[in-house]
Amino acid sequence: MLSIKNLHASVEDKEILKGLNLEVKAGEVHAIMGPNGAGKSSLASVLAGRENYEVTEGTVTLDGTDILELAPEDRAREGVFLAFQYPIEIPGVSNINFLKTAMNEIRTYRGEAPLTAKEFLQRSREKQELVEFDAKLVNRSLNEGFSGGEKKRNEIFQLAMLEPKLAILDETDSGLDIDALRIVSRGVNKLRSENNAFILITHYQRLLDYIVPDFVHVLADGKIIKTGGKELALELEEKGYDWLTKN
Amino acid sequence: MTSIKQLESPLFESLAAQYDMLILQNQDSTKAYRTEAMEAFRKLGFPSIKNEEWRFTNILPVVKTSYELTAATTIDAEQINKAKALIENTYRNLFAEDEADRVVLINGVIADSLSKLPEQKGLHFSEIKEATEQAGFQDHFGKILNIKDNAFAALNSAMFQDGVFIAVEKNVVVEKPIHVIKVILSGQAMMQQSRDLFVLDQNAELNVVESYLTDIAQPVFLNAAAEVVLAENAKFNHYDLQKADAHLRIIQRTEAAQQKHSNYSNYTFTLPGAGFVRNNLALHLNDVDIESHLYGLYLTADSQLVDNHTEVHHKMPRGESNQLYKGIIMDKSKAVFNGKIFVYEDAQKTNAFQQSNNVLFSEQATVNAKPQLEIFADDVKCSHGTTIGQLNKEALFYLKSRGIGENQAKQLMVKAFAFDVAEKIKIPALKNYVETLIEAEMENR
Repeated sequence: MLSIKNLHASVEDKEILKGLNLEVKAGEVHAIMGPNGAGKSSLASVLAGRENYEVTEGTVTLDGTDILELAPEDRAREGVFLAFQYPIEIPGVSNINFLKTAMNEIRTYRGEAPLTAKEFLQRSREKQELVEFDAKLVNRSLNEGFSGGEKKRNEIFQLAMLEPKLAILDETDSGLDIDALRIVSRGVNKLRSENNAFILITHYQRLLDYIVPDFVHVLADGKIIKTGGKELALELEEKGYDWLTKN
Repeated sequence: MTSIKQLESPLFESLAAQYDMLILQNQDSTKAYRTEAMEAFRKLGFPSIKNEEWRFTNILPVVKTSYELTAATTIDAEQINKAKALIENTYRNLFAEDEADRVVLINGVIADSLSKLPEQKGLHFSEIKEATEQAGFQDHFGKILNIKDNAFAALNSAMFQDGVFIAVEKNVVVEKPIHVIKVILSGQAMMQQSRDLFVLDQNAELNVVESYLTDIAQPVFLNAAAEVVLAENAKFNHYDLQKADAHLRIIQRTEAAQQKHSNYSNYTFTLPGAGFVRNNLALHLNDVDIESHLYGLYLTADSQLVDNHTEVHHKMPRGESNQLYKGIIMDKSKAVFNGKIFVYEDAQKTNAFQQSNNVLFSEQATVNAKPQLEIFADDVKCSHGTTIGQLNKEALFYLKSRGIGENQAKQLMVKAFAFDVAEKIKIPALKNYVETLIEAEMENR
């Protein structure tokens, strides 16, 4: 599904990603861990198309489509979804209106007819229930005045609504208490399928107790330096990253 | 005689000559007032940018044009047809047939065949030149507008030829909005000076929507002034929707005097179009327990200059004024906001709020915002806040990352920003109309 080859990227002429390779197949969950400043969030930003990142070398394809050439909105329409580490508050834009606009733009791009108001509402109700998202929040301004946990849950609700091929969760567990973490994880687990894939970017093994990955990668100094199964996460929790980054 | 605060302009001389002719012919009750106003105008002259009130708004381009000064007195069938088409095209989606009354003025002259004049008992409507000998007019006319310090208001007072007079009797509630459409059709440069007077007696209620329709090939300078009188417990929602041709130049001054428990709400919405706009709005809270609202939205584009100057005079205790002005400044346009709140010594327990938020939508856009508070009472609540910023890039990226295209994302954000003010519009049809206009303006950006 996702194929990253020799990816190099910089911010303001500082190289952050230095030849990263990653293959993600449909149905898989990949965890990316690593020390602070290793480039984890940068990878998420580069994949989603954040403006200030410049790709200097390498390729990223999603089901064969070169996504680096695409604007952020077209990447989303192709099926990339980034759950933000810090979701943005946008006063005046209603959550539901925003989602409807997003869904219909994506559907138009794919040559599908826009959902009717009724279909949209029905879907919205189903998904709210699925990811345990408070109906009261749905009608408020986008993330405005939401708690940290509510913002993260809204990301998962959006994910459920938009049904992307590839979801990148950028430190979705940060700032969550244990109850919120459980709810978010349950939501993600319900959304996992043979047709989609997840990349979980996280500092802590804790999230991986709830969302069990197929692969764990260690990202350090802009490259993936080690790949293993879910047990690698436990080893990292115990030993830290030093033993991998020395030499 | 001229100081550095005055501009020299041949327009001054031609206006003076025009005035001499006009005053010779004038035989109505306004003659003494006009004479006094002309003296004030001669003293003040056209303000230069050395004048603090005009620091950011250079009127030189406006006053160096030579305009036809003779006011129109008749309209022909061709003009009526043109106006009719303009009205149908533009306001098709505004008011339904029975939702509003309508007054159509073509170049200042009322077009009866296009108007649907209000017929409610206790509501009086007439052209201002027909009103000058009425007691209800003479009691209030010229008593509110400050012509001592405002050159254009003085000039208007000396020379106005047309406009409307609307009076609502005691206890009469006019629910249907009156839509005053100012149609300006001209093939040549023209100056028009209109003067309105709105008088609401005790417990009266009125809703007026003013708007412009232009088909002009040359600059047209509209120097307008309006006086508003609210007696005890009267309520007036006053909307001004400024969307016109780039050739239109507007300088206007609206001044309202309020008595106790009255409520005046002014909505000044400026959209891309008119090249030069200077709105002066002054409210006098002359009694206790008065409520005033000032809502402004300026969405500017191309090389427009839109300047809003407001004054709120809290003269007596327990007044409440609430001011919200928002601007989205695009292209090479320029906006100015200057809001003054005066709380006089006797105006204890005043609540006065002012907020001015601006978004610069392009790198070449400019805004000058200046809030001013002068407080002489000691037990008051006053606040003001001014912000100037760009559209939040992170927010834009967030919307785009969900599949929403750049234009659509900007539209959503601008709409959200403007929504705050647009939602204050109390007439649903007008609110929808304004929101649609905002969306349409943003669509191709």
